[in-house]
Amino acid sequence: MKDDKVSMTIDALISKYREIVEESSFSYAAEWKAKHAGRKVVGCYPVYTPLEIIHAGGMLPVGVMGGGNRLEIAHADSRFQSFVCSIVKSTLELGLTGKLDALDGIVFHSICDPARNLASVFKRNFPNLMVEYIHFPQNMTSKHTAAYLTAEYQRLKASYENLAGRPITDTELRESIRLYNEQRRLVRDLYRIRSENPQNLSTVESYVLTRIGTLLPPEEHVGILKEAIAAIAQRHEKPKDRIKVVLEGSFCEQPPLELIESLEAAGCYLLDDDFLLGWRWFSKDIPVEGDPIQNLAQAYLDRSVFSGVKHDTREPKAKHLIDKVKETGADAVLILAAKFCEPALFDYALYRRALEAEGIPHLFLEFEEKMWIFEKARTEVETFVESMLFD
Amino acid sequence: MAKKEAVKTSYQGQIHLLQKDLMGDYFASLTRAAEQGEGKSAYMLISGNPVELVLAFDMIPVYPEINALQLAVKKVALPYILKAEEMGYSIDNCAYVKADVGLFLGDRKTPFATIPSPSLILCNYVGCNVYLQWFEHLAEYSQAEIFNLDIPFNRHPSGKPSKQDLEYVVKQLEELIEVCERITGKKFDYQKLQKIVSYSGQTGELWSRIKGLTKHIPSPFDAYFDSVTMMAPLYCLRGTEGGLRFFETAYKEMEEKVRLGMGPLPQERFRFVIEGPPPWPYLRTFRDLFAKWGAVAVASTYSTVGGLWEFGFQHDPNRPLESIAEHMLEWNLTNRNFLQRYDQIRRYVEEWSADALVIHSVKSCRLFSAGQGDMREYFTKELGIPTLLIESDIEDPRYFSEAQMKTRVDAFFESLEHRKILRQASAPGGER
Repeated sequence: MKDDKVSMTIDALISKYREIVEESSFSYAAEWKAKHAGRKVVGCYPVYTPLEIIHAGGMLPVGVMGGGNRLEIAHADSRFQSFVCSIVKSTLELGLTGKLDALDGIVFHSICDPARNLASVFKRNFPNLMVEYIHFPQNMTSKHTAAYLTAEYQRLKASYENLAGRPITDTELRESIRLYNEQRRLVRDLYRIRSENPQNLSTVESYVLTRIGTLLPPEEHVGILKEAIAAIAQRHEKPKDRIKVVLEGSFCEQPPLELIESLEAAGCYLLDDDFLLGWRWFSKDIPVEGDPIQNLAQAYLDRSVFSGVKHDTREPKAKHLIDKVKETGADAVLILAAKFCEPALFDYALYRRALEAEGIPHLFLEFEEKMWIFEKARTEVETFVESMLFD
Repeated sequence: MAKKEAVKTSYQGQIHLLQKDLMGDYFASLTRAAEQGEGKSAYMLISGNPVELVLAFDMIPVYPEINALQLAVKKVALPYILKAEEMGYSIDNCAYVKADVGLFLGDRKTPFATIPSPSLILCNYVGCNVYLQWFEHLAEYSQAEIFNLDIPFNRHPSGKPSKQDLEYVVKQLEELIEVCERITGKKFDYQKLQKIVSYSGQTGELWSRIKGLTKHIPSPFDAYFDSVTMMAPLYCLRGTEGGLRFFETAYKEMEEKVRLGMGPLPQERFRFVIEGPPPWPYLRTFRDLFAKWGAVAVASTYSTVGGLWEFGFQHDPNRPLESIAEHMLEWNLTNRNFLQRYDQIRRYVEEWSADALVIHSVKSCRLFSAGQGDMREYFTKELGIPTLLIESDIEDPRYFSEAQMKTRVDAFFESLEHRKILRQASAPGGER
């Protein structure tokens, strides 16, 4: 049975943060700036940004994760064609309609061609915004890659020192690494709870608790996570008859919360996913001692999670997914790819081949962040679940 | 307005024939490698590649992009695309990749060559993220060795790569040399590389001078439709003596045309710059839409995918690895950022005296196309240059609507013509 008090605490916490997450307006960042005179806010486009460098400069890194399904696209679709994914357009729309006014900078990365061109379009349309672009290495086997990425992070640090108007010290960087290590460790705990006892924590709940961390300072987020995890530990729900699946493909554009709910309601426990992947990028802590910039660069190469935009040729594309299915004991895989997302759509071709070879059932679905109707997706998942439960 | 008769264009000169011979020889070498096991082949991408290094080991460069576009030109791409889609590739994935994957997983026999399997998959990633995935997939299907040659994107405010970027690429090239030595069993020959790089340097210089000739009025050739004829030897034969001879011939021929005041059309009425790759499955149809209006492309961004030589770059045999790295980092269109492309086009419009910009937006290649609406905004609103944006595809014949395209092109040139008449009326004896 539910403990009413626990349930209220956690439910109230989640509904409060869900509202902030769904509003996608950066009102919190604006408040933060009002309270911290002269300090800057930097928007981080998916997938991964070394947040520590920004945070160590006394600035607030926030996730720019698209416009969700409450934003009308009125201007950006004349700049980006119909065959470009939703998040590229909604991000530009946020800018063109003044919803990113709280930002002093924004950073894009070498994840895909539209995101790369978007960085340039931002530069031209928003001359007052400091637009950064990180080229992440795509050669994970060269012995010179670590030196390259260290140099890239040094360049980035200099750029953010310029924005902050002050130097960023190694001591500050180490403190930021320590703090984000703690935040990521707590998020990993959240995911562990879900994969071990999915009846005690829904995917939407864990999603909201993770996503709120992309909008708040990590210091605050750590407190929220601790409170939530303590409350969740008091939950002892009975498992339902659902299949257990691993979800993959939503590492950049984010599905609407209603869609995530529909997937679960259709009869799945989502034991793992790749939502908000860049904000939980490391499978282990980044060392705090030593040269912090070097440590951040080295961690990208040897302790970051799998990502389809990282192109690591050291292992076959689908290996991490097959491993995940085996480790979690999932029954199936759900590929949830953003429409027009070339990285996710290409990866699917290799996933499908590998999953079929392993005899792991899977379902492929496409979504758009702006979608409003979830019936079709729900029916497809229900049919899939039934075929698994009763065939 | 007078009704325009359809004009059929055909090139009157020897370089088209010479090109056919040279490309025939190149494709024959692929077939020999595939069918008789002659030589080791290295798969590479067109954009800013280190073909000089591959040739120094006598490896045969194989370009999946060329194979895909040849399938499209020969109008046989669709079954391969459909085969890939049946395997799980999306309708929204780049059709170059799909056609190539469909081909790769079949018997690899095409009307132009039989494609050999790779000894090395050399992903010279310059800008295009799809390249990385394309070659990742080929590596999984073939189980051949893959080398991701990482080229940092042009992201510095100076528009130049940093010292660290250059060092990183040169060091990777040194690692690549070891890989090639192992695969071919041959020792690296520095002087041979210098010789090859010197061919590339001279070829690039000639190509750059050829491109300068279209500044003449009338332009001696069409910098889009005739450039693609020259791009095949530029990419497949750069670094060889045969490639160099081709460009010597081409330069002479084009210079002669300038001297005689000859252009590709009976009359040059409009000069335009074109951005974006062509619709390969309908190249002739597409060309005729412009030829009909007497419109000649005087510069094109597509012809700089493999290298941007016309603004001063030249391969240098005295610094072979560094100049290969500079070519990959800085001197090709795809590793430059979108705003650098705006600049490149602006220069073309100004220095090549163009009347208009045509943007051909292709679904398959988002490196080219994503954001071209913003580009149009910039050229029309900021610079006041008449700009036409049309959409189709480089490979997939399902995305070409001739009637729609024709309506757009006609309306655009009609209004250009109207502007021209008004301008001539207001400046008697002024405009050409």
